[in-house]
This record gives sequence, C-alpha cells and structure tokens, in this order.
Amino acid sequence: MSQTYRLNNSGQINRDKKISFKFNGKKYFGYEGDTLASALLANGIHLVGRSFKYHRPRGFFGAGVDEPYAIVQMVRNNETEPNVRATEQELFEGLEAKSVNCWPSVNFDIGAINNFFNKFLPAGFYYKTFMWPKSFWYRIYEPFIRKAAGFGVASTKYDSERYEHKYEYCDLLIAGSGPAGLSGAYAAAKNGARVILAEEKPRFGGSLLTSEVNIGNQSGKDWAEKIIAELKEMPNVTVKNRSQVFGYYDHNMLVMSEKVSDHLPKTKKFSPKQRLWYIRAKEVLISSGSIERPIVFGNNDTPGVVLASAAKEYLKVYGVLVGKKPLVFTNNDSAYETAIEFKKNGIDPIILDSRNAPKSEIIEEAKNLGIEIKFSYVVVAANGYKKVKSAQIAHISSDKRNLGKIEKINCDCICVSGFWTPTIHLSSQSGNKTKFDEKIDAFVPGKSKQNETTVGSASGIFNLEETISTSFEKGYQLSKKITNNDNKVSVPQVSEKKFTNHDKFWCVPLPDKKNFKRFLDFQNDVTVSDIELALREGYRSIEHVKRYTTLGMATDQGKTSNLNGLQLVSDVENKVVPSVGHTTFRPPYTPVSIGAIVGREIGKHSKPTRKSPMHSWHEKNNAVFVDAGMWLRPRYYKKGNEGLFEASKREAENVRKNVGVCDVTTLGKIDIKGPDAAEFLNRVYTNAWLKLPVGKARYGVMLREDGIVMDDGTTTRISENHYHMTTTTAQAANVLSHLEYYLQLVWPDLNVNVVSTTEQWAGAAIAGPKSRSLLQKLFPNKDLSNEGLPFMGYTEGDLFGVPARIFRISFSGELAYELNVQSDFGNFMWEKIIEVGNEFEIQPYGTEALSTLRIEMGHVAGSELDGRTIPYDNGLDGLISKKKDFIGKRSLNREAFIAQSRQKVVGVVPLDKKTSIPEGSHLVKDASAKLPNPKLGHISASCWSVEYNNPFSLAIVKDGKNMIGKKLYALSPLKNKSIPVEIVSSHYVDPKGERVRS
Amino acid sequence: MLYIECPYCGLRSQNEFAYGGDGTVKRPTLNKEVSDKEWDNFVYNRKSPRGKHVELWHHISGCRQWIKVQRDTVTHEIFKTVSADKEI
Repeated sequence: MSQTYRLNNSGQINRDKKISFKFNGKKYFGYEGDTLASALLANGIHLVGRSFKYHRPRGFFGAGVDEPYAIVQMVRNNETEPNVRATEQELFEGLEAKSVNCWPSVNFDIGAINNFFNKFLPAGFYYKTFMWPKSFWYRIYEPFIRKAAGFGVASTKYDSERYEHKYEYCDLLIAGSGPAGLSGAYAAAKNGARVILAEEKPRFGGSLLTSEVNIGNQSGKDWAEKIIAELKEMPNVTVKNRSQVFGYYDHNMLVMSEKVSDHLPKTKKFSPKQRLWYIRAKEVLISSGSIERPIVFGNNDTPGVVLASAAKEYLKVYGVLVGKKPLVFTNNDSAYETAIEFKKNGIDPIILDSRNAPKSEIIEEAKNLGIEIKFSYVVVAANGYKKVKSAQIAHISSDKRNLGKIEKINCDCICVSGFWTPTIHLSSQSGNKTKFDEKIDAFVPGKSKQNETTVGSASGIFNLEETISTSFEKGYQLSKKITNNDNKVSVPQVSEKKFTNHDKFWCVPLPDKKNFKRFLDFQNDVTVSDIELALREGYRSIEHVKRYTTLGMATDQGKTSNLNGLQLVSDVENKVVPSVGHTTFRPPYTPVSIGAIVGREIGKHSKPTRKSPMHSWHEKNNAVFVDAGMWLRPRYYKKGNEGLFEASKREAENVRKNVGVCDVTTLGKIDIKGPDAAEFLNRVYTNAWLKLPVGKARYGVMLREDGIVMDDGTTTRISENHYHMTTTTAQAANVLSHLEYYLQLVWPDLNVNVVSTTEQWAGAAIAGPKSRSLLQKLFPNKDLSNEGLPFMGYTEGDLFGVPARIFRISFSGELAYELNVQSDFGNFMWEKIIEVGNEFEIQPYGTEALSTLRIEMGHVAGSELDGRTIPYDNGLDGLISKKKDFIGKRSLNREAFIAQSRQKVVGVVPLDKKTSIPEGSHLVKDASAKLPNPKLGHISASCWSVEYNNPFSLAIVKDGKNMIGKKLYALSPLKNKSIPVEIVSSHYVDPKGERVRS
Repeated sequence: MLYIECPYCGLRSQNEFAYGGDGTVKRPTLNKEVSDKEWDNFVYNRKSPRGKHVELWHHISGCRQWIKVQRDTVTHEIFKTVSADKEI
C-alpha cells in the first residue's frame, strides 16, 4: 500500500531512507524519523485497537506520551513487549507490531458485543456483580475478567536484554527541552552550572518543532537546533533525548528512564536497552510543557477524532495528514494553527469555534486564507464506526445550554482542542501545593516544597516571549545561587502571534432524546454518564470517584481526561474545581519497564557472591555448593554416584574415625584492640572475660537487650590488648554493627577499636582423632601435646614458611584445631593439609557433615539460636555470670523468661530408629487429637547420627527439662508424616565432652 | 531517597546508611537497679512522633560511624546531623 496520506515535502523525516515494517501481519513502508503512529497514518491506517471495556474501535488520539488509544504489542529482535505506545515508538527496519484487546482481529472483534450490552456495564459493574456467590470468584469470575481485561501479553521468556542503572549529580536538572527548557539550560550553562537537559522525545525543541514563531531572527526550530548544538559542545552540560524524568522523590532525587536502544532493530553490543538514571540535583527546572485537552462530545472516541495539536505535529514533523476533509473543533486560538497548516498544504478545513465572534491576529489570518469558520458552533457527535465519516454539528447558545438544529457535515477527521493543561506531575510529586488558575481553567504549581522551579507552559504561561524571558532569568538566577558566577547572557528577541482568550467550555450537551456515549477517559472507557452515576450513588471525594469509575487510572494516567473529569464533578456538584481538588500525582509519569527498574541486579547479580580462597580447590574436587548468606560453601564433596545423604554420612564418619578438614573461612572475624578490650568483652558476652589469659580462647554468648541470644562464637586473647572474635557466618555483619553501636554511643569512654577481618583470614577446621598427628606433621617444631596446646589453647606457628594461627577449638565435638592464615595463602594451607593428611586418610567435609557432627553432639547453632530463644532454652544458662552486668541481662529476669515450664533444647530419636524426622515437625502428645492439636515444641534440626547409625534430631520443647524419657509424636502435615519418638538428652554423643579434651 | 549529611563524609545518599531507631533512648547504666517499667521503656517502648525527631543512622557502607539525625517524620526535612558523641 502506498503512503497516500503523506505530503510530498513537509516534515522533518528522512525521505531518503525508506523503512519497511509490519502491522497485524501486513507489510507497510515509512521513513526514517517516523513513529509507528505517523507511519500507519501515512498509510491511511486509523484503526489500531479496541477499547478496554466496550471493545469499541480505537485509533490515534495524540502524537506522544499522552496517547490513550494506540497501545500495541511489539516484537523486536524476537522479544515481545506489551503496552508500547505507537505514538512514541520510533520506526526501525523490520519492526513488527499488532493490535491488542481484540479477538479474532481488530476489524472483527467479538468483544465488541459489550458495546451493545453497555447498559449492563455501568461504573462499578465489577464491584456490584462479582460479589456473590463467593465460591464463583476463583473458578469463574476471576479467570474470566483476567482474560477479558488488560492490554497485551507479557513475555514468559527470560528477557535477554541488558538494563543499567546510573547515579548522577548535577547543579541543575532540566526536564523538557521546549522553549522554556532550552532557555533555562542555556542561561545556566553559560553561567558555569553543571546542567543535565532531558528530553523525552527523540527530537529536541518541544513546541518549537511545530509552531510558527521567530526567535533571534530565525525560526523557532532553527533557534532550538542552534542552542542544542551549542549545549552539546559544552563540557558542563549533559544533553539526553529519549529520556523521561518520570519521578521526583525526596531531597531532590529524580529518576529518569533513558530508552537507549528501543528505536533500533537490535541493541548494540556493550550497550543497554534502557538506562535508569538516579539524579541528585541541587536545583530542578521543570519545563515539562502542557498537554492539549479535548472537548467532550458524542462518540468522541471514534477513530479520526484527534487532538488538534497532534494533527499539527503529524503535519509538521512527519508530513502526514490525519485526514483530507478535516473539521477543526475548538474553544481557543491554538487550533487555528492546525487549520492554517492544513490550508497551506492544500487541504480545506472547516473550523467550528464555540466562541461567539472572538477577535485575534490568528483568526484574521485564517479568515484571510479563506478558511471557513463557524462561530458558536459545536460538534454534537461523530458519525462512523471504524472511522469518522461525518459529524453532527449545531449552533450553541451563549450560555452553552441549548443546541440549535442538528446539521450533518461530511468530514474524515475531527481535530479537537479544549485548551491546554500544564503538566504539573513532577512539581506535584515534589510536594508542591498546586493551585487552580481561573484564567486557564487548570491547576498550576504553587509554592515549591523542594528546590524546584516550574517554567513555561508547565507553569501556565502560554506566551512565548514571557516563557523565554522568565526561563532565561530562572536559569541565570538558579545557576548564580549554586556557582556564584555572574555571566548573564542576553535574551533573544521573540515574535509570535498574539492569542485571545479561550472559551470556558469543555463538554457539549446532549441533544433532546439522544444518548450518545461521551468519553472522558478514553483508555479505561469512562463516560460522562459513569461519573454522573457515581455521584448519584453518593461518591463525593474525587479520590473515591476516581477509584469507583477508574477515571484516570489507565496507563496514560489520565493525561487527557483528569481535568475534564474534575470539571464534570464540579458542574454536577455545583462546586468550583479548586474545591473538588485533583487526585494525587504519583510517579511514574509514564510507564517504566520492570527491566529498567531492576537493572542488572538479576539472577546471580542480585547480590554479591562471596567465595573463600579455597573455592577453586572445592570446585575441582566435586564440591556441591550451598548458599550461606552471600557465601558459597561446599555442602558435600561428591564421590561417584553419591547423593547428599551418602556423601555427608561418609564425610562425617571419617571425622569421627580419622580426620577431616572443613573450610571455615566464612565465619565472621572481628579484630578487637585497645586497653579496655577485656572490659568491653565482659559487657558484651554473658560470661566472665576479665581473667582470660593471653594465648587462650573462650566460648561466649552475646544477647540482645531483650534477652534473646544474638550470636555465639569463640574469642581468643592474642596479646594483652588484642582479641580475635569469631561470629557465626550469618550474623557477622550484625555483630559488628552491634559492637560499634555500644562503643560509639553507649560507652564512648571505653578505649577499644573493632574492625572486621573476615576476609583477611582463611580458615580450616581440622577435626578427628588423628588431627593432632596431622597437625604435628604440619608444625614439626611445635609442642602440640595436650599439655603443650590444651583445649581452648592458642598458639602461632610456621606453616612451611607461612605464618599461621593455631586454635584448639572444636565445633564437631572431636579433638579439633582451627588454622588461620592470611587469605592469600588460604589455598596453599588447604593443599598442604590435604597433602600431609593423606597418610591419615583425611577427607574434606562440607556443611552437611558439619551439621551432622554438631547436631549429634547437641551443639546449638542458627536453627536453635533463632532469634526467639534465651540462653536457658539452649542449655547455655551455665554461661550466665551472676557477678557482673552485661547487655541484655536485666531482661532475663522477666517473668516469662524465668518460668519453670520454659522451652528447652532436647534430643529426639524415632522409636523405630529408622524414620528421619522432617525439620519443622511439631511435637504433640496425641497424634490423632482434634485440630488444632496442642503443640509442645518443634524439631529444629535433624541428622543421621553417624555414631549410632540412626536418625537423631534436636527439638525445642516446652518444659524440656522434664520431658526426657517421654514418648511423643512428631507430626509433619506438609510431608504427611506422623512419627512416634522419644525425647532424649541433646548431648547424644560424648555427653561429658571428653573427646575435645583428649 | 534521603540525602544525609554524615559529619565525617559529607552528603551521602540514604542507601549507604542503615536506620538505627530512636536517637533519644538512653541505656540505663550498668550494675544499677532498674525497675521493670524503666527497663521496658528502654527496650520496647518508643514514641512515634509526627514532626521533628532525633534518630540514629549507621553509615554502614561508608565510615561505619553511628550518627544522630534530626529529621521531620512528615516532610523528611533533615535539620541537623551530628556525630554519636554529641547531642542534638
């Protein structure tokens, strides 16, 4: 099909570059510089979709961000993307798009039957209908509504595109590159401010691209191009197109979405698809312009009814006619520019002006050009289903209540203008108290809350000369405030046609006995009668009316509909608009893709991955890893066909029989220094620390102030005023913050410093009856006998030339040691241990075997220290000092914490000695009792005891002290298990702790 | 996102900090008799004022200092920030 609606020479497109694209499977041509919308219109395509509720045919209404109709499903580089506005999507070779919300096709849509049942689909229909019967909701209503509702289909595939985040700081952020934005940016940049100028469209210049004005003896468009070229050359200026500042947050933080590659057939290598900018600006100049609003009349949603400004943009920017027999319907002067532009391109428009004989320069010009103008005339309704065929027009009385005789006039499009609405979204988001301006019938920014200044038509100034002079001044003043520079550039001369006042008229009354649908919100299908119904039903607050009728709640956020909705509510309620107020503007101003919000923090990049220096050894030796916070730890080392159970059992058995080695680098390590370090530890831990000698380690428990166990670990006195604290892997960061809190805020008089050394030391635990023999071979010159290095002893040694710390501490309950070397030597240490350990049948063991060993020893860990238990519950009450005060001690006297029936950690063995008990199972007296079955406790950790070769669990049980020997049931409804069990001591293996001291 | 002036590092974005709760709470002195009520007030009971409020922030991804921040809980305006050893 040829581009029959394309003009021969007008427009700002590149006619040398023809581009082919597909819409609904059919091939068309456009030019470089087109949007999908302009290219479709050039081909005479007006029908692009179906409306949300009634499935009425829908075409194009705007030419940009305000577009409520033309939402398409895009295919780009084999990825599908919903909710793309055709008016914003730039054309590229091979673009494919299709209509949404219609079946089987946009031309014949079954859902359009709703249009004939519209009496049954009033406002609040869903609220009223789908309430009962309740059981119908999940089975019938919800799936039905889900299928019928929504535009487009989200891809179920992984998005292979890259999205980036960028943080930026500037003196002045300018949102919008129209005349106001350019002026402000230029004045500020010339005064030395660091400026970011953001433009949502591909072309800079805003209204200057389409208006007939003169600035500094050149056309507005040429002036804009000159300024942009100059700004781009300046080192203190960042100029960005295709970049929408969509949110204004606290402390002058703004977020901007830059569509880096959406206009290209394929994202370039090393380039993201979209980039999200977090910009902290000292000052913000909002020059977001204004959006034309429609006049409401019958069937005003018919394809071919467009905003007059959009028709002008299609003409001037894209060289495209929205129709060849245009009707221009207006209440103000700006639409005359559209009519004149038609006339200049050889098309005869007819102007219907609701005003009674207004006088102005531009009206004279239109008259002189021979354009037919009918004053005091309105469009009552559009005729035509899939495209405007004609219009019903009538004379209107001066009070705008009575229509004259209805006449029919042939036309193929209706360009409508109901005056301009300042885009105050960003100002309002920043906390600006907006006010209603009677002169323009719209809200404008009032008192600024943050460092924001609104200029140009966004502030309600529709006069170019004033816009440019005030914007130059603001740009200068704001930059002077920040930079203290005083270079003022001169303001260029401006000439433009003067406009006269608009008509305060926004909705055409219905003629007698006619009931046309008059749409307010085009995307959500909200009509005048829907709002009237909501008001009749008692909705008063504009926020309630909005939610009940869904006015302004579609993806266009009511950019063209909100103000007319307010006008209607105020008319019906006999109130003035300011007392009705407007609904809250919330970010984002335009839809932002989830990909851009998430950025690169997806999959394994969603958090950092921490690896020990021995990681590659583990990998080479078939380790299966498990996430431990951000760390990757070997869970077990797979041999042959082993699974988790077999491997961990083998590893644990080897520790009990021979010797094993475990990577414990991940344990938190904190270096503590200072003359008051002992006193500090004495306050932090529940047990006594003042008398710990140098060269000794001690196990300690620390509490929160509420008495709950926070963490446990060993701390070693390295020298007089130097301690090495270890924490659990999970709590490392919290413990450091906790210590810093007390040192900085509570006891600043203590002379102590703490610093994390987790990543400075690599750690290996060597455990098992043969560990001493192995260690002696690693350190042949040291006395490592039970007397030379007793349990909880500490010494330093030389590991084949590498300085090492040797701790005799044990988590496994076996004779065990822990070696620490500087991280750089971690792998060296590990390989030496394995090499020397071979003769002792050493095997590495992972976290699963580690758990088995500690569980059967009854050592508590994270699953018991779960943020709900006190020392008593964990059998740690022996560590509570009675002689001194410490963090959380006072809480331990609370009534509930000293109750006799308090829960306690116990051991649990299944009676059949075979069935493993799922973690999380509940312990109950009677397995068949009526629900809710009273719970006595829960299984916190389970293992297969390698010592006794049967399952063993730890549990936290009420009155645990007196439960030992009792027979209960472990219930796991999730796994459908009911297991008879016996409660035993938690110290299942070596209850006297003889092995660690051997 | 708030912009918080760390007394040691200067203006930094909120995502470098961790919130630390009410900055006016004073821990009872060690080894002193404390009534149940006094202890409850220290551990659990907090006011949720509308308006000016002194709170603690920890510059956790920066200098690791705890600081005191006087902030308006309604408008988020920050009036003053001081190091932990000072009073607002």
